[in-house]
Amino acid sequence: MSLTTDDVKRIARLARIETSDAEAQATQTQLNSIFDLIATMQAVDTSGVSPMAHAQEVYQRLRPDVATETDRRAAFQAIAPAVENGLYLVPKVID
Amino acid sequence: MSATSLTALAAQLKAKQVSSRELAQQYLDRIAALNPSINAFITLDTEKTLLEAAAADALIAAGQAGPLIGVPIAHKDIFCTDGWLTTCGSKMLHNFVAPYDAHVIQQFKAAGMPSLGKTNMDEFAMGSSNETSYFGAVKNPWNTAYVPGGSSGGAAACVAARMAPAATGTDTGGSIRQPAALCGITGLKPTYGLVSRYGMIAFASSLDQAGPMAPSAEDCALLLNVMTGFDPKDSTCLERDKEDYTRDLDKPLSGLRVGLPKEFFAEGLNNEVAAAVEAAVSELKKLGATTVEISLANSKLAIPVYYVLAPAEASSNLSRFDGVRYGYRAPEYGNLDDMYCKTRAQGFGAEVKRRILIGAYVLSHGYYDAYYLQAQKIRRLIAEDFNAAFKTCDVILGPTAPGTAFKLGEKSDDPVEMYLNDLYTIPANLAGLPGMSLPCGFDGKGLPIGLQLVGDYFSEAKMLNVAHQYQRVTDWHTRQPEGLK
Repeated sequence: MSLTTDDVKRIARLARIETSDAEAQATQTQLNSIFDLIATMQAVDTSGVSPMAHAQEVYQRLRPDVATETDRRAAFQAIAPAVENGLYLVPKVID
Repeated sequence: MSATSLTALAAQLKAKQVSSRELAQQYLDRIAALNPSINAFITLDTEKTLLEAAAADALIAAGQAGPLIGVPIAHKDIFCTDGWLTTCGSKMLHNFVAPYDAHVIQQFKAAGMPSLGKTNMDEFAMGSSNETSYFGAVKNPWNTAYVPGGSSGGAAACVAARMAPAATGTDTGGSIRQPAALCGITGLKPTYGLVSRYGMIAFASSLDQAGPMAPSAEDCALLLNVMTGFDPKDSTCLERDKEDYTRDLDKPLSGLRVGLPKEFFAEGLNNEVAAAVEAAVSELKKLGATTVEISLANSKLAIPVYYVLAPAEASSNLSRFDGVRYGYRAPEYGNLDDMYCKTRAQGFGAEVKRRILIGAYVLSHGYYDAYYLQAQKIRRLIAEDFNAAFKTCDVILGPTAPGTAFKLGEKSDDPVEMYLNDLYTIPANLAGLPGMSLPCGFDGKGLPIGLQLVGDYFSEAKMLNVAHQYQRVTDWHTRQPEGLK
C-alpha cells in the first residue's frame, strides 16, 4: 500500500493541519516508510482474538451527581489567546 | 556533589546538617553552571524553588518530617504545575502557564519536595532522542555530541549530571527506560494505572504512565512511594492500597527465576550491549538467581502495533490544541477553520504532525479494521506471551535499548530508524506491565549501557529488590560523567 500526495493532503485536512504541496510530498515519503513497517502486522492471523483496548479490566466509575469543582473561569480565561466579557473569541461562525 | 542518594540527603536534612533551602541552592548553582551545555531544563524559577524549600524547612523545624521532606526534584515539562510554564516541549504550549497541579505534582508537594524546574523533553513526548523539542535538543552528559534518549531526555540528563537528585518522567513506549539507559541512571515505568495521569499532558492514554528516574533502585522505590496512589480524577487509575516499595529491597535473590527472552538477544542487538547484559546475568546468578529461556514470539510486532495505536490515540488527544482556549494561536487567519489549520500547522513540529496524520489515517473510514482493530488484536497476543512467560519466571531480563547513545542528528531524518530504538521497551507498555532500566556497564566509547527488567503486574517491589541487590554488588549506578563532577 502506498499513500499518494492527495491522500496526505486529505488526511491533513481531516486533522486540520494546513499542508503545502511541497510539505505533502516530503511527508508522503516518510509516511510510506512508516506504513511499510506497519504492514508487517497484516500477515498475522488474528481470527478469534479479541481486541485489547486497555491494559487493565477497568470500568467507568460513577459518582454522585453533585458539583465538586469550584468556579475557575477567571483563571482558565486568563491563559486564553482571546477573550472578552467572559467569552472565548473566535472568527465569526454564523452570519 | 558528594552524597546524592535520596536516603543520604533525607538523613542530612533530618539531622539539620543542611537545610532544604541550602540544598536547593546547591543544585540550582550546579544547574546554572552545567545546564547551558546540557539544555536539560526548559523552565527554571529560582524564587519559586527557594520558597518551596523554605516551606519544607519550616515543616522540618515543626517536626513534620516525611521520608523525603526537603529533598528537591525536577519535573518533566509534561506535568501541569500551577503557576509554572508547562510546555510539553512544544511551540503549541510555549506560553501555557498551567492553572492547576497534576496529581503527581500534588503528591510531591504534599511530600514536601521542592521543584528544581521543568525538564526538557521530546515534543508531546514523541521521540527517542530529545531532538524534537521546540526548546532545542538535550545533550548527553557523558558526551555532549550524543543524544540523551527520549522522550524524558532532560530528566535523564539532569539526574546523570547530578543537576537534580531525582526527576519525574513518563513512559508511553520507553520514554523513561530508554533515556535512563542512554544516560546511565535508573528509571521505572510502573504497572499501568498505579500513577494518576491527571494533569499529565496526554499522548496515548492507554499506554502513558509516569514514573521515577534517579541514580539507584533504592531512590526509585522511595519516589514510587510518593507518586502512586488512587486518584478519582483519572478514570483508569486503580483503586489499590498504598504499598511500601522499599519493603523487599534487602531480600536475598536465592531462588529467583530470571526469564531471558530469546527474541531480545537476537539480531539487531549491539555486541557490547549484549556482553554487558550477559555479565549482569552472571552477577545475578552469583546472588542465587537461576535463568530460564522464554519466548515472547509476538514482541517483534510491537513496533508496528505501537505505531498504529499510539498515533491513533494521539490524533484524538491532540485535537484539543485548536488555538481557542490556551496555548498558541496563529497570528493571521481567515475563518475559524483556517484558524485551526494554521494554528496547528505552525504550533506542532514535524514528528508530532506525522503521528497525528498516521493516527487520522488508521482511524479513517475503510481502514479502521485493517489497522486499528488488527493492532489491538496483536496487542492481546503480545500481552498473552508475557502471561505465559510469567508462569515459568519471576522477572524478565534483557537489554533496554539495542545500542548505546547515538550522535545528535544521526537518526533525526529517518523516523523508522528512530522508532527501532524502542524495540525492547514497547512490549511492556502494550501489555501494561511494569518495566525498569538500570545501568550495567559502558561501551568502548564510554557511553552507558542499560539493562531492562520487566515484571508481572504489580511486582514493582520485586523488580526493585532485584535491581537493588544487583546495585549492592556493582557500582555502575554510582559512576558520574567525567568533567562534570
